[in-house]
Amino acid sequence: MWHDAVLVAGKDLRIEARSRVALWQVVPFAVLVLVLLAFAIGPDQAALRRAAPGIFWVALLFSTVLAIQRSVAVESGEGTRDGLRLSGIDPAGIFLGKAAAVGLQLLALQLVLWAGVTFLFDVRVHVVWLAVTASLLATVGLACAGVLYGALSAGLRVRDTLLPLLVLPVLAPVLLAGSKVWEAALDGSVSSGTQWLKILVPFAVIYLVVGIVLYGPLQEAA
Amino acid sequence: MSAPTLRPSRPRWLDVVGSAGVVALGFTVWLGLWITPPDVVQGNLARLLYIHPPIATVALYWVGAVAAGGSLLYLWPRTRSLFWDRLAASAVEVGAVFAALTLVTGSLWGRPAWGTWWTWDARLTSTALLLLLEIGYLALRRVPADPAVRARRCAVAALLIAVDIPLVHFSVDWWNTLHQGGTFIDPGFQIHASASMSWTFLLGFVAFSLIFVWLLGVRYQVEVLQDAVGDQELEVSLAERWDEDAERLGRDLVAPAPTPGGGAP
Repeated sequence: MWHDAVLVAGKDLRIEARSRVALWQVVPFAVLVLVLLAFAIGPDQAALRRAAPGIFWVALLFSTVLAIQRSVAVESGEGTRDGLRLSGIDPAGIFLGKAAAVGLQLLALQLVLWAGVTFLFDVRVHVVWLAVTASLLATVGLACAGVLYGALSAGLRVRDTLLPLLVLPVLAPVLLAGSKVWEAALDGSVSSGTQWLKILVPFAVIYLVVGIVLYGPLQEAA
Repeated sequence: MSAPTLRPSRPRWLDVVGSAGVVALGFTVWLGLWITPPDVVQGNLARLLYIHPPIATVALYWVGAVAAGGSLLYLWPRTRSLFWDRLAASAVEVGAVFAALTLVTGSLWGRPAWGTWWTWDARLTSTALLLLLEIGYLALRRVPADPAVRARRCAVAALLIAVDIPLVHFSVDWWNTLHQGGTFIDPGFQIHASASMSWTFLLGFVAFSLIFVWLLGVRYQVEVLQDAVGDQELEVSLAERWDEDAERLGRDLVAPAPTPGGGAP
């Protein structure tokens, strides 16, 4: 399973490295969301600082939807999904591989967003380990839930409109907990931040386990 | 060609359950509004609690159990049957109605009790998310697909919704915000209410549970009929196509065969 996961992740990351869709479309989109939400809040620096954690996570969630759509799209060519299914690769391996590829892209994206909020909103993370832990846990959850819902909508003509409706309510707890952890990391209040990690841990574990179990049946239905 | 009429065959027990549910609901309303005394703290506002927790229980637990159970049994190869798929789909649709009712009745209670129609409390937010998840499931359900493919997709989606149920249940403890915990029955199962209030509260649970079973059964019947209509429409279309082909073939056979040379003298 792990070997298969590495193969699939390598394939998806090679496609991204060659096509550069994530670099030229997803990353600029995430920065665009940062800027647009700043426009919506106004030029008040104090208000922007307060809103910075939420803006970071909203931008990440919207970009996650794009990353998932891209992850599904690379398998949407004629017979590609069938080819992957018939290749004998363990479905759990495919799930883990695709989730790992999406997760690595999301981690890179978060570095850009982190730099973005630091530069645009003049905020500084005081408890770095807290913010990094939240990002790592959230990345596992976002990538696993995202790939699962991506498989659910794969092959549907209404995929592009259906996927955000399906996946965004699922990802909402990550937005809630992630924003709170970031608030705590900015304020330097470790105890309130660790409290919110209790949402991110079960989210990541549940979708990781559910994905490993259910990706096979989903693949057959696609 | 005229399509044969589809006749729904509703089992008799379903009508009995429905009637019992309506009668129990009538008694709950009568007891809740006229017989039970006002609450010591909340006054008449507490009367809404005879229906809000039962509706929420149906929306969260009964629906979750049927939808998750049906979906699991569909995905399990030995028990795979469209019966489980239809049952789970019916549960989610009825569940969306009950989730919406939970939010509405909770909001009606929250306005005088908390001073606001809506608050970003954990349980409220989670219930709203549950409703949105169910709407997503229903949108997925309406995407045209082969019944087996649709059933498998929806079974997975329903299980993912079921994952949300424990988050809803434990959210009060995790987030510890405005929504109150259990006050009617404490962790030692001691009831803190008068006898008439306790019986009305219990009757409310029975009434809404019966109504849930009734709506589930009726929705299941509609699901069966919808699938039957889909099958029948396909058969009618095929039959019409066959008729057209047969007519054309007959006309070609009756018409004189063209002579070589285009009929020149």
